[in-house]
Amino acid sequence: MSDFAASQTQESFVLNLGPQHPATHGVLRVKLTMDGEYVDNAEPVLGYIHRMHEKMGENRTWAQYLPNMGRLDYLGALSYNHCHVLAVERAAGIKVPERAEYLRVITVELNRLASHLLWFGAFVLDLGGFTPLLYAFDDREHILDLLESVTGARLTFCYFRFGGLYNDIDDAFVPGVREFIKRLRSRMPMYHNLVTKNIILIKRLKDIGPISAEMCRRYGATGPVARGSGINFDVRKQEPYSVYPELDFDIPVYDECDSMARYMVRMDEMEQSMRIIEQAMDKLPEGPIMAEKVPKVIKPPKGDYYTAVEAARGSFGMRVVSDGTNTPYRVKLRSPTFSNLSLYAEATKGLLLADALALMGSLDLVIPEIDR
Amino acid sequence: MNELPEVVRLLIFLVGIIGFAALNAAYLVWVERKGAAHIQRRIGPKEVGPFGLIQPLADGVKLMTKQLLVPAGVDPILFKVAPILLLVPAIMSFLVIPFSEDLVGRDINIGLLMIFAFASVNVFGVLIGGWGSNNKYAVISAARAVSQNVAYEIPMLLIVISIVMVSNTMNLNEIIRQQAGWFFNWNVCRIWVNPLMPIAFVVFFICSLAETNRAPFDLAEAESELIAGAYTEYSGMGFGVFFMGEYANIVIGCALTTILFLGGWQSPIPWSPAGLLGTLWGVSWFLVKMYFLIWTVVWIRWTYPRIQFYYLLNLSWKILIPFALINLILTAAMIKVF
Repeated sequence: MSDFAASQTQESFVLNLGPQHPATHGVLRVKLTMDGEYVDNAEPVLGYIHRMHEKMGENRTWAQYLPNMGRLDYLGALSYNHCHVLAVERAAGIKVPERAEYLRVITVELNRLASHLLWFGAFVLDLGGFTPLLYAFDDREHILDLLESVTGARLTFCYFRFGGLYNDIDDAFVPGVREFIKRLRSRMPMYHNLVTKNIILIKRLKDIGPISAEMCRRYGATGPVARGSGINFDVRKQEPYSVYPELDFDIPVYDECDSMARYMVRMDEMEQSMRIIEQAMDKLPEGPIMAEKVPKVIKPPKGDYYTAVEAARGSFGMRVVSDGTNTPYRVKLRSPTFSNLSLYAEATKGLLLADALALMGSLDLVIPEIDR
Repeated sequence: MNELPEVVRLLIFLVGIIGFAALNAAYLVWVERKGAAHIQRRIGPKEVGPFGLIQPLADGVKLMTKQLLVPAGVDPILFKVAPILLLVPAIMSFLVIPFSEDLVGRDINIGLLMIFAFASVNVFGVLIGGWGSNNKYAVISAARAVSQNVAYEIPMLLIVISIVMVSNTMNLNEIIRQQAGWFFNWNVCRIWVNPLMPIAFVVFFICSLAETNRAPFDLAEAESELIAGAYTEYSGMGFGVFFMGEYANIVIGCALTTILFLGGWQSPIPWSPAGLLGTLWGVSWFLVKMYFLIWTVVWIRWTYPRIQFYYLLNLSWKILIPFALINLILTAAMIKVF
């Protein structure tokens, strides 16, 4: 150490956070230039699990690409699945039956709840509290059971098909979801007592990790990150898709721009998701779950299509260029966490290491989706 | 026990203390995991032996048989000495702790001073372990550990001084003897001596918690920030010894809190059987109080998230130290006036 110290010409040093680090939740590497415990610069280094998903899309038929969506964001797979089928349905002009649309909304919102619950646990784990993670996992388990009963998978769901769904729900699904929502409603006060009102957590998050609205706009941050900075943007309201316009829900927006605001946005979003699911279940119509006359081989007309959905982490967009054949000419994915992580370097300047990691936790990163 | 020959006495206490410290370290890990499991509603270790009671033994065998890796570029002497520097002072401190009126290794007049003298060495273990590891995470951790321990030793000592002023001695057994009688004679309840006593107890407990480097004050380890801080490069029993030291420190901290505030081996009612039974009576009360505090430590560990470094220091320098000073002055004034 002493030889090393003598050879140093400057005070700052580089700290490699990752690719295997307890706080990065995956293979993210951040090259931190540190001045003592203060972060001078944080440079995210990507590419450790690059699997060229966009190129894969160009080499597969439209339907063959569907399972890939679950591999992008494995915590909110259904939103991505939804975006892909919406993009293709709009391009090919397929009309989806109403029952299928409602079921899509129910399952997507359940998936959002599962994602937020896991984020909640992992975020508190980043701050050194282990217990909430297991409580949240317990609840998430129920969602996975429910989704498993309809999709057959527990993580990389691939439930939607062009024109509808893979299969209909069984009789136990709707009562099961109602029971789960009752359970989660009764457990939310416990989470707030254990975590939100915890003095240490408040001190760790309040006024720490500022991300201004202007910074969000510059880097294209969306989702709870932007809504925690006072930007009232939610694709479900601004560019409504599916049956969201028929459902009554609020978009939680906080103006504080700190980590606490992002935390609160997600906690409130969980309440709103529960509202959406309940309404959708009340309105759930009978009928077919698959559109009639959907061709076996989809060949959307020539054109350039963009569709966005509100995934758990923000606005997920998919741009597909069709040349009229059975494979896309070009696929471009716009994933929310990539933009959210881009502002990390600027947002962490001058923060303490512990706060920089709390900020990273509040961004809710899922690495495969950044590193497509 | 006092009538035994000196050498025999010495041996019994040596074996007893090392056994006590080692067993505590091993079974506190078990208690911690069980406690965590209860708090987090999971099953917990229960595979090896009844209730998983042989688990610590299995852990010990596993740690012993693992290779002791010494990474390239470390300072070999400091790297190997550090775990021992953490463990030995903690075990030494057991020497003066009175488990009962006549069950004490060395009943010396400056027992309290000796404990604090040894307690101040354990931070040295973390410091040179972190510094000697040739790892940036470990170096940050070493710096944190020093400022944290320095910050918390001050209010802790100030509170201890007020206790010494009240009891007029540094002999731990004597401090306990003065708390005899009903439970309201324990220092924590003696508000007629010093109205701030219950708060002083809480402050002392917080400080001893911070001294043990455990959550919410586990900034030297901080697994989500510094991977494992000062212990990152340690493998096998090197890490195991660090861990034992940490648990020995918890036991010391809780034992000291029991002695200074909760009446040590005194029962809450003024009655005690005579002879050997009396010794056991005292030991049981001491252990009950101590393990209750230890359980509180485990409970806090699994409930609270980690505090941020500056809040930790602010809590000490801006709140605990001024309070400890006020407490000290008030105690002095009360003693002078009444």
